Amino acid sequence: MSRSDSRMVLWGLIVALLIAVAMFQDVAVALTIAQLCLISALMALGINLQWGYAGLFNAGVMGFAALGGLAATLVSVPPVREAWALGGAGIAAAAIAFIATVAAIVLSNRKMSGWPRVAATLIFAVVGYAIVSHFLAPAILAVESHDAAQTGYLGGLGLPVMWSWPVGGLLAAGAAWLVGRITLGLRADYLAIATLGIAEIIIAVLKNEEWLTRGVKNVTGLSRPVPFEIDLQQEQWFQPLVSLLGGDGITAAAIFVKLAYLVLFALVLAGAYFLAERALHSPWGRMMRAIRDDREAAAAMGKDVSARHLQIFVLGSALIGIAGAMLTTLDGQFTPGAYNPLRFTFLIWVMVIVGGAGSNMGAVLGSFFVWFTWIEAEPLGQWLANAIVAGWPADSLLRIRLLDVAPHLRLVLMGLVLLLVMRFRPAGLIPMRG
Amino acid sequence: MVDGFLNAAVLFANFVLVPGIAYGAQLALGALGITLIFGILRFGNFAHGDLMALGTAVTILVTWWLQAHGVSLGPLPTALLALPIGVAAAVAVALVSDRLVFRYYRVTRATPVTFMIASVGVMFVLNGAVRFIIGVDDQNFADGTRFLITANGFREMTGLAEGLAIRSTQVLTLIVAIVAVAALFWFLQKTVTGKAMRAFSDNENLARLSGIEPGVIVAYAWIIAATLATLAGVLYGLDKSFKPFTYFQLLMPMFAAAIVGGIGQPVGAIVGGFLVAFSEVGLTYAYKKLLAYVVPDSWASDGLIQLIATDYKFSISFVILVLTLLARPTGLFKGKVI
Repeated sequence: MSRSDSRMVLWGLIVALLIAVAMFQDVAVALTIAQLCLISALMALGINLQWGYAGLFNAGVMGFAALGGLAATLVSVPPVREAWALGGAGIAAAAIAFIATVAAIVLSNRKMSGWPRVAATLIFAVVGYAIVSHFLAPAILAVESHDAAQTGYLGGLGLPVMWSWPVGGLLAAGAAWLVGRITLGLRADYLAIATLGIAEIIIAVLKNEEWLTRGVKNVTGLSRPVPFEIDLQQEQWFQPLVSLLGGDGITAAAIFVKLAYLVLFALVLAGAYFLAERALHSPWGRMMRAIRDDREAAAAMGKDVSARHLQIFVLGSALIGIAGAMLTTLDGQFTPGAYNPLRFTFLIWVMVIVGGAGSNMGAVLGSFFVWFTWIEAEPLGQWLANAIVAGWPADSLLRIRLLDVAPHLRLVLMGLVLLLVMRFRPAGLIPMRG
Repeated sequence: MVDGFLNAAVLFANFVLVPGIAYGAQLALGALGITLIFGILRFGNFAHGDLMALGTAVTILVTWWLQAHGVSLGPLPTALLALPIGVAAAVAVALVSDRLVFRYYRVTRATPVTFMIASVGVMFVLNGAVRFIIGVDDQNFADGTRFLITANGFREMTGLAEGLAIRSTQVLTLIVAIVAVAALFWFLQKTVTGKAMRAFSDNENLARLSGIEPGVIVAYAWIIAATLATLAGVLYGLDKSFKPFTYFQLLMPMFAAAIVGGIGQPVGAIVGGFLVAFSEVGLTYAYKKLLAYVVPDSWASDGLIQLIATDYKFSISFVILVLTLLARPTGLFKGKVI
């Protein structure tokens, strides 16, 4: 079977699976799965850039996705003017003090050496910490105690939520630049441990800095790039669509909204895919692969390995940030407590490995199959457990237990899929070319 | 004034020193397993936290079974009786995972990152398995005497205003950790297999040439790592409580301890464990009350004098980890950079 044939077969299989879900479960379920497949595919593209093109093991997907989510709230939520009036000045002063501290430390590190450098760094850090917290602590208290049940944070810019997608990418790129500057000198597996840790730090900040994010109180009711179902049903132009989509007005509106999101996500993914493919087949992509395969040789040829690594780390993380903003837009709320490394970091990795590292089409296809399995394993496990316990007495402890834990089987399934693909098809579904 | 200092010292011991020692010992046991696998198999094992959770979950189930049948150790927790079965389960899982997953990559001489991604797969499987056998909720399984010294008892004994409470699980943690570490060092220093393991960790090719059988060495490494992981997990669970997700999160402080100490260095893992534990406990403790005892009232601050908010507890180990990787990648005890 030729390469394009196998792609056609895999795409056909995906469409068939989604149609089967639409027929046997619900059209809405099939559309939701497809939406998240697209978002996951964008994250997987980002990881594939870093791992497949450059051999960088980024285990911090969760952190960059959460930064994208943060962008969605900071861009779309209207500003809380009273909170700004109460704490804005203090927070601005603290920010200036922080920047001054960092500048002083950087400058003293450049100009001095030996023990004066260490001493200066320590003094600047301690004094800076004192000044920053002097301004920040009362400002935070003022902001967080202002109408804590409703707001208790600074709010955002009140712009259309779609703006947050590029902003999320920029935010993640900025964080990635910082993180990359610090960690990219590390060996691949140390880099994984370090980025895993940094992602946890990002989540800790988002959970606890309530003045910025509302923390675990969550920001709900974000604005949407598509109309609300309720309004849609009143629209004149929508009426002919109802009869076309079938069912009553409510179902038709729900399906229409889901389709609208789907189209938006698909456009973003298609753009990212096109750019990633162009990059892969450009001289830049060849240089990246040369660095990945033998960094010493590439360095000897005059390639700036660390600058190229930083570049691709920033680019890949930006894609993850955009995807994170899209996910929060789709959810309509930002919930820092919901970020979990299994779901947001390691599942994306399974997608990339299953799809075939280094192949963009593989990353996209891998995302579809892995996300589909991840979602459908739950009802399947339930169904299986029900089938097993069908004849058992209702008060059997084992029966209750089995029904209780059936959903967790999907974790086992994911692990097995990853291990089996690595062992028996290490190049993945769509092996990389060249 | 003397009373003030004594009270401050007791306060410090109660909230920083004693909890720090117990937590440090638990981290050290876990980090020893990580450092052994890192040293012998040459990869960071992401599944270590879940291996720990698995051994603990089995121990808890057996403990419940024993409790249901009226078995008890009196003042000691019943979990100690169940421990060997938990250890056996964890060892069995570790050996099976090596046979089914890691051996293949060893034979094909795969890169450390390949091992690491494979360990992510094992992590998924174990994570699901733990949830499968015990669920996702918090579980308490400690029984027996709760306190060796209660805060009130200490106050009556000494006449000080502050109390010092020492939980029996904290003492038990320290005793078990000392015994386990002593046994491990005796094994590594005195037995032929232990020496072979150290040789293998130092220079794999030379060790192979000297006739050391890699399969045996690797099997011992897994057995020791799984045993220590289960010990650490059960002690942590007795001291605090068992929750699968918390155990997954413990992976990070344990990695930090192993890397800070120096990969492949058992002493380093122990020192690293205590360093991480004391940083976490010491930096998140609010020193307001303590300072009130030793400085004049007029100096008193209205803040909590807490260096880092408690919510950032887990972040501290990451910062230590990253700083170590940047400033001294070999760690405190000159471990290897593979």
